Amino acid sequence: MVDTQRTLLLGNLAAVEGAIYAGMRFYAGYPITPSTEVAEGCSRELPKIGGRFIQMEDEISSIGAVVGASVSGMKAMTATSGPGFSLMQENIGYAYITETPCVVINVQRGGPSTGLPTKVSQSDTMQARWGPHGDYTAIVVAPSTVGDTVTETIRAFNLSERFRTPVVVLMDEIIGHQRELISLPKPGEHQVINRVKATVPPEEFQPFRLTANGVSPMAAYGEGYRTISTGLTHDPMGFTTNEPKEIKVKLDKLRNKIMDFRSEITKLRVEMMDDAEIAFVSYGSVSRAVLLAVALARSAGVKVGLVQLYTVWPFPDNKLRDYCQKCHKIIVPELNMGQIVHEIRRVMPPDTEIHSLQRYDGEILTPMQILEKLEEVM
Amino acid sequence: MEHKLLDKIEIPHDRFEIRLSGSGGQGMILGSVILAEAIGVDYSKNVVQTQSYGPEARGGASKADVVVSTNEIYYPKAMQLDMLLCMTQESMDRYYADLHKDGVLIVDSGLVKNVPTETYYALPFTKIAREEAGHVMVANVVALGAIAAFTGIVSKEDLIDAVLKRAPRGTEEKNRTAVEIGYAEAMKVKKDPSRRAGD
Repeated sequence: MVDTQRTLLLGNLAAVEGAIYAGMRFYAGYPITPSTEVAEGCSRELPKIGGRFIQMEDEISSIGAVVGASVSGMKAMTATSGPGFSLMQENIGYAYITETPCVVINVQRGGPSTGLPTKVSQSDTMQARWGPHGDYTAIVVAPSTVGDTVTETIRAFNLSERFRTPVVVLMDEIIGHQRELISLPKPGEHQVINRVKATVPPEEFQPFRLTANGVSPMAAYGEGYRTISTGLTHDPMGFTTNEPKEIKVKLDKLRNKIMDFRSEITKLRVEMMDDAEIAFVSYGSVSRAVLLAVALARSAGVKVGLVQLYTVWPFPDNKLRDYCQKCHKIIVPELNMGQIVHEIRRVMPPDTEIHSLQRYDGEILTPMQILEKLEEVM
Repeated sequence: MEHKLLDKIEIPHDRFEIRLSGSGGQGMILGSVILAEAIGVDYSKNVVQTQSYGPEARGGASKADVVVSTNEIYYPKAMQLDMLLCMTQESMDRYYADLHKDGVLIVDSGLVKNVPTETYYALPFTKIAREEAGHVMVANVVALGAIAAFTGIVSKEDLIDAVLKRAPRGTEEKNRTAVEIGYAEAMKVKKDPSRRAGD
């Protein structure tokens, strides 16, 4: 591992540093641009610390191996980009219903299909929320700098372990392929959360027991507990059920264990919003262009601010409404044809003017383009 | 059109922005990483390196930006280049417009024939690499040596340290020579303004 001092670190390797810090000891993946350096970093670092790295035959088996490692007690991760993320969806859905903690990093590139392997995009924002079929609630975090990538990957593992659920780290080509001088966190600097383990006598164990906070203590295969993982809808024992009452209990559990604790999950960066009349709302790499645009507009006397979403899903309805309550106009810059902007329309009062600023030609929005949009809506 | 806001805004010049550009395989991205690492040993500076390239392993346009500032770097890509290196005619044509009016332009005079300005530095990096440094592959390192001399953004010693950290075993001397020659040739051009354009 890189020494704990200032180092010029690639975004994708920052994800590796964050994951290892959080306790990740199993990585399975299939290389794909622009995420490959995550796999390369894990293949170098994991063997040194007693971890396991395996290159699988494709993305479907990669996420399968990750789920298998997690139910066997390890903190596990994979990384991919658009085409691979699409292939993983079925088994990510399996992780949702089996309540298996794991982290999936998606370093976004342009799509659909093979699309633009080396170009930036934020067009998987909705896929990260709605990728697998069925009803479930997703947790998705989005860093914007190399330093963020370390802390957000740690947070992704913590949320995953805390809530027994897959967590997606939504990166993009610019963050993944950018090098920045950062200081790596020292041991103890960040909290590391581990899943709650089963402690009851084996005969009393229920792998999906209903608890006050919705999260069931987990037993790893091989620890002496009878535990079941099935993609079929199941009761607290893990047995398949077709009973309407039990089905509803299970689906409510998948939602409520996350939505009842949304304030623990939501994370925002709020800049210059105290007296802002116009707000930008953004996430991921484009937030950095916005930050410069906001600073420049402020120096020209415009009352404008930024709310950056570190947690993209669950969407921070209440906090966003609070921070933007004095803003009559909101601009939403995204590197796609307009995705998160619809959530902002859903959340804000109907008299708020909401403008979508889109770029989807493989390049990042520049601060000048953002300022042009600001001037247009002022 | 009248720009009430845009006309009032001046991008503060608190950043030094460098772009290395050429075609895939010329080592522009690796060159930018080495340069960023060399500059990064100075703890008073922030450095961000980004890149842009095509899906091809060789050929296709390739560029890499290094942004240096003593302040926090919000936007990671270059906006108005303080220095542009062009190793192909295509990159010259494509990126010249991004160069600040006081920016430094450096071209490989063996590969770039049409330069849209009279104020620039020209050295035949690829030819020097092939004939004097021992291998065409170190053309990017020869160019790095010249960048250190022309801009002063990094010392020759820090640059050599950074190059040697990245050089594959057995190529250390070739790479060190490449920096030395690039630096020396650039110093000659710099001291003699009549040699500034062309070679």
